Amino acid sequence: MIFLKLILTNLLRHRIRSLISIAGIAFSVAAMLTIVTVLQGAVAMFSGILSSDSQIIVFERNVSDLFFSSVPSEAAKTIASWSIVQHADPVLFGIVSSSDHPIITCFGITKNDARLRKATWMQGDRKDFGHQENDVVLGQRAAEFMNASVGNTVQIGHGAFHVIGVIKTANGFEDGGVFMPLTSAQTFFHKEGSSSVITIKLQRKEDVPELKSMVHRSFPNLVALEDEEFTRSYSQFKILKATAWAVGGCGLLLGGLGVANTMIMSVFTRIREIAILRVNGFSNGQIAAMIFGESSLVSVLGAVVGLVIGITFLIILGHIPALHGYVDTSIQPLVVATVIVLAMLTGVAGALYPAIYAMRVRAVEALRFE
Amino acid sequence: MIIPNTSTSVPRVVLRADDIWKGYDDGAITVLRGVDFLGVEGESVALCGPSGCGKSTLLHLLGGLDEADRGRIEVNGRPINKGKRPLALLRHEVGFVFQLHNLIPDLTLEENCLIPTVAAGTSRAMAMERLHDLANRTGLSHRLGSKIQKLSGGERQRTALCRALMNRPRILLADEPTGSLDERTSATVFDLLLEIVANEGVTLVMATHDRGLADRCERLIEMRDGRIHERL
Repeated sequence: MIFLKLILTNLLRHRIRSLISIAGIAFSVAAMLTIVTVLQGAVAMFSGILSSDSQIIVFERNVSDLFFSSVPSEAAKTIASWSIVQHADPVLFGIVSSSDHPIITCFGITKNDARLRKATWMQGDRKDFGHQENDVVLGQRAAEFMNASVGNTVQIGHGAFHVIGVIKTANGFEDGGVFMPLTSAQTFFHKEGSSSVITIKLQRKEDVPELKSMVHRSFPNLVALEDEEFTRSYSQFKILKATAWAVGGCGLLLGGLGVANTMIMSVFTRIREIAILRVNGFSNGQIAAMIFGESSLVSVLGAVVGLVIGITFLIILGHIPALHGYVDTSIQPLVVATVIVLAMLTGVAGALYPAIYAMRVRAVEALRFE
Repeated sequence: MIIPNTSTSVPRVVLRADDIWKGYDDGAITVLRGVDFLGVEGESVALCGPSGCGKSTLLHLLGGLDEADRGRIEVNGRPINKGKRPLALLRHEVGFVFQLHNLIPDLTLEENCLIPTVAAGTSRAMAMERLHDLANRTGLSHRLGSKIQKLSGGERQRTALCRALMNRPRILLADEPTGSLDERTSATVFDLLLEIVANEGVTLVMATHDRGLADRCERLIEMRDGRIHERL
């Protein structure tokens, strides 16, 4: 109890300084939580697009970005004909802009694509898809922000398209996207005769190695990866995740420097007090525990406040119409736990030098301090 | 070597210092020059002498707060400055009272007194029992919850005395314990100090300028230029 009081007393003694430290950690935690959640959400949504009712993704070997991948239509037809394959769906990705929206994701897909099959059709009917070149189906959020419904004509990029359906999907990217027949998309994006990827569902999951081997033999320029394997290895995802943690880490580092500064000041301004504790039998461990306890308390309070700020900010982000479909703000417990642990480690690291300094305080000399 | 004036029964030596040397600034200043000292159980010893003669330094060395450059110090028959011995000394065998009370101002009287028991890991119940006993004897029972800033000089020094005795040390080292008090308060606090150490059988070694207080101790040692010069 006295030990806790010693920790609290010092924090309360310099309230403004303590509050600034807590705020430093809080903003770092909030920034890290927001950045990591948004980017991981984006990665999860994008990988969700690829794994829609499929186990394998086939794309051009050695491309760093799937938007630049080019898979011949012949490959899709050949793979679909293999007996171990239940269905193989070519998908062409493209990005266009409309008058109000700088980024709209387009999906060039076939009529039997899982995205259309599994979606909830809010308006229109799947059987109408693919009859006309300029027919498109809009994701629900895309329909909202384009203010369009079945029967309307919408301007997408340099083309005008006729809306024949509005679908609701579980994936934010898809919900904010435009679905057009594969052939229309190939023409629109000047990629005739090719798609970005082929998503494949097998008859039996055990046939994955065989399919990979068959793709390798038949199409040396293509590579087949399992969905999880792809998500782990896709360089864009890795860059996004690394960037998120690096930016968040920098934020925490700054917060940690704030804690270190506070703790150094804290130790320097109470050298005499530390000497008194020493004379009364406090060990090095007890002195260090007091310093670490103080920094840990700052970190915990900062982390709690930061989580509240971060979660609030994410909720606000989730309600911004312009971001609908592109930001998944669902908070993952693992991310929250990691952020808290990192905040604690930052606090402990920030207190390391002050604790060592405090342990080296010589009571006899320190008691002469006025 | 100063031999304590004792009765016929052989007293137990609790403090022993042989040929103690201590200097500062890499030997530029030598404070203690071959000091020998013996302290026996239950006696009160006054260290007198002018400022800078080495009284405080000797107390710090005897209590394990500092290390001698040369010589050997034993507390209760065991050498100090070996491993964790100084820490054990401060927790269980030696209590310190300083001229400035050295209390933590943001804590209450009670909390300040409990600090040594926290360091030593004493149970809360035992610590509180001891605190109430000492507070009763020092007249501080009604002030336990008071912040240090609210206490008078005499009360603060009595609090420091209580804190020093919380872990029942057998030796009390006091460095000008009444030096910051007025004459009347000083006399009151010193009476209390002598009474308590006598009742508890504690060995008191006290550095003081005040010859009047020193005369009330059982032994008086004069220090000058880092040496013990005479036994009075």
